[in-house]
Amino acid sequence: MGGIVSQQIGTRVVRALAILTLILIASLLVGLAVGSQRINPATLFNDSFSRTLFFRLRLPRVLLGLVIGASLAVTGGALQALFRNPLADPYTLGVSGGGALGASTAIALGWSARVAGVPLVFAASFAGAMLAVSLVRMIARTGAIVMPGALLLSGVAVNLIAFAGVTTIEYLTDPSSALRILRWLIGSLDIVGLQPIGRMLWVLAPAWLALLALSRQLNLIAIDEDTASTLGVNVRRCEAIVHTLCALIVGVTVSAGGAIGFVGLIVPHAVRMMFGEDLRIVLPGSLLLGASFLILTDALARTVLSSGELPVGAITGLIGGPVFLWLLHRRQQYSAM
Amino acid sequence: MFEAQHLDYAYPNGPLVVRNVSLTAEPATMTAVIGANGSGKSTLIRMLTGLLKPRAGKILLHGVPFESWEPRLRAREIAYVPQSTATAFPFQVIDLVLSGRTPHTLRFRFESTRDVDIAKEALETAGAAHLGSRSFTSLSGGERQMVILARALAQEPRLLLLDEPSSSLDLKHRAALIRALARLRQTKDLSVVMITHDLQLTGAFDRVLALRCGEAVACGAPGDVLRDEILRDIYSDPNVRAQAIGDQTFVWVAL
Repeated sequence: MGGIVSQQIGTRVVRALAILTLILIASLLVGLAVGSQRINPATLFNDSFSRTLFFRLRLPRVLLGLVIGASLAVTGGALQALFRNPLADPYTLGVSGGGALGASTAIALGWSARVAGVPLVFAASFAGAMLAVSLVRMIARTGAIVMPGALLLSGVAVNLIAFAGVTTIEYLTDPSSALRILRWLIGSLDIVGLQPIGRMLWVLAPAWLALLALSRQLNLIAIDEDTASTLGVNVRRCEAIVHTLCALIVGVTVSAGGAIGFVGLIVPHAVRMMFGEDLRIVLPGSLLLGASFLILTDALARTVLSSGELPVGAITGLIGGPVFLWLLHRRQQYSAM
Repeated sequence: MFEAQHLDYAYPNGPLVVRNVSLTAEPATMTAVIGANGSGKSTLIRMLTGLLKPRAGKILLHGVPFESWEPRLRAREIAYVPQSTATAFPFQVIDLVLSGRTPHTLRFRFESTRDVDIAKEALETAGAAHLGSRSFTSLSGGERQMVILARALAQEPRLLLLDEPSSSLDLKHRAALIRALARLRQTKDLSVVMITHDLQLTGAFDRVLALRCGEAVACGAPGDVLRDEILRDIYSDPNVRAQAIGDQTFVWVAL
């Protein structure tokens, strides 16, 4: 049997996750060290100002990057498989936009309240994300197939509507709310203290696990929907669950960090290039590499200007936009949209 | 034992496209489904796979109604080779074939070495062993079809449903496909239902089912169905001719 050197999938998964975990540890160290104030173990030990800075600002920010990066990347990988479209991600499909519109509506209306312990900003963000993904799917799905072109175009339109809505709200509302809303447009990781991250993880960790548990079904759907179905996968049910999980994850991340673009597009592709197409590697791999990616881009955002910092969404957009165009170009070469 | 009884199908807000069609597939038999474009062949086979739900009639697998089967267990019995598979991602061929093992592996387990061996054997049977390490998206239409056949064989089904698998295969590979199916019928009691436009291939089949406008107009041994008057009826063309040469029947259209 010439040339089939395919290793056992189990071995491949372990190897990929080991490598990506090492990358994540390295990214964490870089993210924690760089910034307006360089911090190393000695300053952390001796200097109380550095210590406060580290635990109140630096560490929470890096961890928020980890959580949001992982979330967006795993969502992107799942949506690409579900729609069999390499250009799908929460941002390009308008899911993030829907979430941002929901979150800013909640803020403009002064909904700082909680219902049964759930902040209304998050509930509104989840509702917006869910509405967006349902709308895009409804338009793109004709009968048994999802039209790839229609999917992306309706995503673009939903995004435009959402951002126009956010801008309108920003103008109508009072200046302090407007400033808070502005960050939803581009995405940033400003955060103080660790508590918000703990609260996010209550929702995110189970949602990540649920998505990973579906990676085998998603792998079959990524190959072909009918095939998946004849192999025993309940495609419609899987689709509904993945939609809800993605909207939930995006709702949480957007209400904390805004609409950070293209992380979910770039990262799964990078994992595929390194370790192959199997979703059982791509999804957990995206979780790890997405965390590293956003930690590193945020480190860049904090250091690229000599004074002040860029919002991280500007950096991911500047990197991700061209990657999107390159993928589109490559795709056009072998299949018409 | 697989029985479809009096199946009807209509797409939403449309007329019946399959009307009162029955079909039985015993172990170790090969059935060809023929008919003009749009005669309901693909709709029929998609009902047999479970992808479409009949509007009326029932399908029994080992005497149990189709919908009472757990999908995963049903997938161990029936495999499907669609007309074409367009995958957006460059999956490696061996991995794609290995996906056919899904119904046989536990949900949170990876495929075993045995599964890999079965996948490689399936590739060999389908005549695609040399494609194992290629990426699926880089293959030609015919090569893709051989790989998809291998995936279905890796499923180790008792009934194999094929929708025009020979349409993009060259002469040599068409013959190889039919020989492979005939061999599996003999060695593994495989039952085959295959749609084809290539009427010469039906010589290797036990039975031919001819559809016209969604209705079964003839069903029987190839020699009994491939006759001028039946073929002229199903293709609505008076110039169709059929002639037996040796033990094969040749069909052509006088232009």
